[in-house]
Amino acid sequence: MTATVDPSATARPAPERSPLAEVLVEFWHYFAENKGAVAGLIVVVALILVAVFADVLAPYAPHEQFRDHLLQPPAWQEGGSWAFPLGTDPVGRDMLSRIIHGSRYSLFIGCFVVGIALVAGVTLGLVAGYFRGAVETVIMRVMDIILAFPSLLLALVLVAIFGPSLINAMIAIALVLQPHFVRLTRAAVITEASKDYVTASRVAGAGRFRMMFITILPNCMAPLIVQATLSFSTAILDAAALGFLGMGAQPPTPEWGTLLADARDLILRAWWAMTFPGLAILITVLAFNLMGDGLRDALDPKLKRS
Amino acid sequence: MLKFFLTRVSLLVPTFLGVTVVAFAFIRLIPGDPIEVLVGERGIDPERHARLLAEYGYDKPLWEQYLVYLGDLLQGDLGKSIVTKKPVIGEFLTLFPATVELSLCAIVFAVLLGLPAGILAGVRRGSVFDHGVMTFSLAGYSMPIFWWGPLLIFLFSGVLGWTPVSGRISLMFFFDDVTGFMLIDSLLSGQDGAFGSAVSHLILPTIVLATIPLAVIARQTRSAMLEVLSEDYVRTARAKGLPPWRIIGLHALRNALIPVITVIGLQVGVLLAGAILTETIFSWPGIGKWMVDSIFRRDYPSVQGGLLMIALIVMLVNLTVDLLYGLINPRIRHTR
Repeated sequence: MTATVDPSATARPAPERSPLAEVLVEFWHYFAENKGAVAGLIVVVALILVAVFADVLAPYAPHEQFRDHLLQPPAWQEGGSWAFPLGTDPVGRDMLSRIIHGSRYSLFIGCFVVGIALVAGVTLGLVAGYFRGAVETVIMRVMDIILAFPSLLLALVLVAIFGPSLINAMIAIALVLQPHFVRLTRAAVITEASKDYVTASRVAGAGRFRMMFITILPNCMAPLIVQATLSFSTAILDAAALGFLGMGAQPPTPEWGTLLADARDLILRAWWAMTFPGLAILITVLAFNLMGDGLRDALDPKLKRS
Repeated sequence: MLKFFLTRVSLLVPTFLGVTVVAFAFIRLIPGDPIEVLVGERGIDPERHARLLAEYGYDKPLWEQYLVYLGDLLQGDLGKSIVTKKPVIGEFLTLFPATVELSLCAIVFAVLLGLPAGILAGVRRGSVFDHGVMTFSLAGYSMPIFWWGPLLIFLFSGVLGWTPVSGRISLMFFFDDVTGFMLIDSLLSGQDGAFGSAVSHLILPTIVLATIPLAVIARQTRSAMLEVLSEDYVRTARAKGLPPWRIIGLHALRNALIPVITVIGLQVGVLLAGAILTETIFSWPGIGKWMVDSIFRRDYPSVQGGLLMIALIVMLVNLTVDLLYGLINPRIRHTR
């Protein structure tokens, strides 16, 4: 991490730049001020690269077993070897390879869960904020009910109904995360809907869909982007927690939470089997949280000048 | 104030009814009808099946079943556990003190550590201490506690041998439940070392469960402190020449604490969710572990009852925090 502030960004934008580029330059200026956020971004980019090139980076396939190397400690400990840098698990699978492949699951879980929660939450929030009245009351009361349950408990119970699997776990987590998007969108839409440009658009004869999705929605994006980033870390954490409880991804999937569940009984015997997958979860979640904080500072006009 | 109180309470009624609908729907959403769910994998002959359906009222229309369920509920009847055949409410109440004890210890720990850390970080903004607190709280906030717990067990129980691995008290001690709180009961028993054993069993679960609330409280206290310190009345107090401890302790802190109290109240939901993981890791016999065990045993009436009770507790605590907030901050109670 060398100089993070581009000197040209602090100067006045050149007049020939397009409006979009100007917005991006301004955004990057505020984002880059936050060193933690930039560090988070770097980790996230690295993680995406690891996930994409997992087949190339991982020394072995995630399910490949080496019967002569059961529970081998990491390379720097006595009995370890550089053939298995982070050691092996009880059936002789390479920990490093499993963790590298696990990054795919975590990123996929994050994208899937946030995608569903975002689309469902934004749509419901738009409808509630745009139509108001009885529709709004019904939607918001249902969201209150979902929020009355601790999220992990509700996700756990939903998975218990539909059966433990990664896909059910992801759907359950998306369901418990989307009320936050509904509330944010509704509040933003109500603020925006009273502004002049919306009235102008209505006078010009814009239809309901155009009003909702093209006129109003783009102006409510800032808080949603921040919430989406922070939800990404919640999704990864909750999915790993369900995996740990045996209610998420099922063995032998190399999902990080499932790796922890496998290694739980070994904690006093083989510390590495538990330590590294957990560290991977912590670093990933931390990176997304750092990035979310940076995005909030960069996108929230109220905080910009403080 | 009475109007404020009544509005807030009345807002809770539809949510409560909604929660009962969710709990009611839960057992009916599981594939197979409720009797098949109750008998499990043993199977049942069709005649007995029909008789049981009628006996439990599952042949009636859904709305009628719901009203019966709601009626039972209001009389404190949550049904019977499939596994132990005992009333669910009784099981819940037996195990609840263990969770309360752990949660109370965790929240006290989090407040005792998080509040001063947040205040000091806010006052010494930009200092090494401030950066340290922010780094730790961000790490704590992102912590997978189902990893943190076993890691602490490995370190403090495995390597150092300082603390026990699981349970609430050493098996050497045995006494009757009086309050359900192990710390109090062990003192009441008068047995040598019982209290010490109870404390040593509490330390690691408390730290693990407190990690996330601690991080949130420290962060929130710091930002509330920063906000208050830039207010005009603090400047006035400074200009008057009041000593710094008086400005911070009396003028700033009192106002900074208002949002912090809300945040502490909101941690109850976090604690109950955290209890699911923490109690599972440490074999702590509370409702979190009971819920997980019930799910694995397919003891659906217990899951249903637990789900309802936990949601009810979260709602009541949130209501209390809301009311308390209105009590200490008149601006809240007079809007709307």
